Amino acid sequence: MEGTRSTRDAYGEVLVSLGVENPKIVVVDADVSKATRTSLFARQFPERFFNVGVAEQNLMGVAAGLSLTGLIPIASTFAVFATGRAFDQVRNTIAYGNCNVKIVATHGGITVGEDGASHQSIEDIALMRVLPNMKVIVPADAFEVEKALRAAVRIYGPVYIRLGRVPVPTVTSKCSHFEIGRANVLRDGSDLAILATGIMVSESLKAAEILSSEGVESAVINVHTIKPLDRETVLETAKRCGALITAEEHSIVGGLGSAVAELLSTECWVALGMVGVKDTFGESGSPKELMKKYGITAGDIVEKAKEVLNKKKTGRAVCR
Amino acid sequence: MDEVRKKELTEMAKKLRIDILEMLCEAGSGHSGGSLSMADVFSYLYFSGILNVDPKNPDKKDRDRVVLSKGHACPVWYAALAEKGYFDKSHLKKLRKYGSILQGHPDMRKTPGVDMTTGSLGQGLSCAVGMAIGAKLDNLGCKIFAIVGDGECNEGQIWEAAMAAAHYKLDNLIAIVDKNGLQIDGFTKDVMNTEPLAEKWRAFGWEVIEIDGHNFDQIDSAIGRAIETKGKPVCIIAHTTKGKGVYFMENVCDWHGKAPSKEEKEKALASLCGEGAE
Ligand SMILES: Cc1ncc(C[n+]2csc(CCOP(=O)(O)OP(=O)(O)O)c2C)c(N)n1
Ligand SMILES: [Mg+2]
Repeated sequence: MEGTRSTRDAYGEVLVSLGVENPKIVVVDADVSKATRTSLFARQFPERFFNVGVAEQNLMGVAAGLSLTGLIPIASTFAVFATGRAFDQVRNTIAYGNCNVKIVATHGGITVGEDGASHQSIEDIALMRVLPNMKVIVPADAFEVEKALRAAVRIYGPVYIRLGRVPVPTVTSKCSHFEIGRANVLRDGSDLAILATGIMVSESLKAAEILSSEGVESAVINVHTIKPLDRETVLETAKRCGALITAEEHSIVGGLGSAVAELLSTECWVALGMVGVKDTFGESGSPKELMKKYGITAGDIVEKAKEVLNKKKTGRAVCR
Repeated sequence: MDEVRKKELTEMAKKLRIDILEMLCEAGSGHSGGSLSMADVFSYLYFSGILNVDPKNPDKKDRDRVVLSKGHACPVWYAALAEKGYFDKSHLKKLRKYGSILQGHPDMRKTPGVDMTTGSLGQGLSCAVGMAIGAKLDNLGCKIFAIVGDGECNEGQIWEAAMAAAHYKLDNLIAIVDKNGLQIDGFTKDVMNTEPLAEKWRAFGWEVIEIDGHNFDQIDSAIGRAIETKGKPVCIIAHTTKGKGVYFMENVCDWHGKAPSKEEKEKALASLCGEGAE
């Protein structure tokens, strides 16, 4: 785990490289290009950058239109506005129309911090996950941003990529494998498995260390793609470990936890615990204070692990 | 307006600006430019006697309502509410901090005197329309003030609300557009041109009054005229300077979403007292 970097910083840089390589890439932003870092692309390719002003609904419609002329538009704004304000535009125009638009939203999650609840997106994964045709990716670190964006541009169709504001520890490497829809096992263990996404991957690795020192060996799996969910890996892990925890910087309603629960409830009943924001809005505070208050730290994962292990011991895992 | 009152309001605006700088510096983040540009308007609203409000009874039913549709500028509102006595001034030091009643964007469930939760741009004016309709239905006889950003006018919902306000002839609704010419990514004319802005509001059925938003005589007469206007809502386009009062912040885009460091704050306070202007 060397160094920290924000996923939005990585995004700004990758976008410029992509712009050099692929003349079809165009970028659309809604008056937050400094914060989303698309300003780097704008500086290099002013003729391929379009600022629609503070108008997220228009942003999505314009992006859809651009895609229909054969371009590959990347639409960026904050996660709350990309998925909340413009939900109907994303649903009815982009997803229903299966338009080749890549939505890359920054400021996902509670670590937005001081701006407060209005800007903390804790439901965007849920909103994007329910849309047919839409793929949902949450990179865990800067390296994964590059891979995710390149992979998204390579395929046809709408993709939602969620990035964060604050620096996060590096948990993957430049050459680690990335494939949309394939989760990566970062650590082995058979007592329990932690399925984590985004910044919670590094928290999960920390939790696994703590658990290991207490004699519990847990696998840590980076579920960078929430949709399509890697069913095979999730089910295989569930059968092997008999106990799962999901960890996400998002509401436990509708996010990764829900996606995993949907799968397990029909395919394989094992003990499951969810670490995430518990159906409440956030507030102002530092990212660290908020992670603690809203129960999404390594410590919370450790606690949940004990609860789930207890269930595993006393209950019965039923898989078919 | 008589000179004594004007002097009082000018002094209060200066106080608000000092509060803004102090609280933003302490918070370490937040929006300087768009708070400073509205200090004179807020001084007038809360300290000219025009608002029927009671800081000891912030929820009284027939109060005049204020909606800060450009919610990011809440430091100016918090300063005015504190100076008015809604809560102790010590709270200002806790702006944006964990557990504070003063959130990064206005939260009506946490802050006395805040009539509407905002922060997602473009939504406040619609709520003000609803309040204005409700006030009429209930014969409350109160006025609704909505403070809107010029960048915020990019949002389609502003115009949906504008259409509805005229349709329902909401003469108890007064929108004040902070026309400081800047948004996050640059000058409004370059990012997304909203001109001709006054004509747009007029075309939507509003009475439009253009003023210098730092001139108390003009603010006073505009709001007086707005209150007199019958049969339609009034939009006061306040021409302002973003960062007003602090020479190195004035009309500088970078100071939109930035808080001053300790040294910058000292320089800024000196600037408010007329020092260091270049
Ligand atoms: C729906 C929405 N989109 C984007 C933002 C981010 N944002 C905050 S302030 C701002 C610029 C607003 O410009 P303006 O209304 O002119 O404000 P002022 O110049 O008075 O500060 C933007 C885009 C937001 N708060 N809400
Ligand atoms: Mg402005």
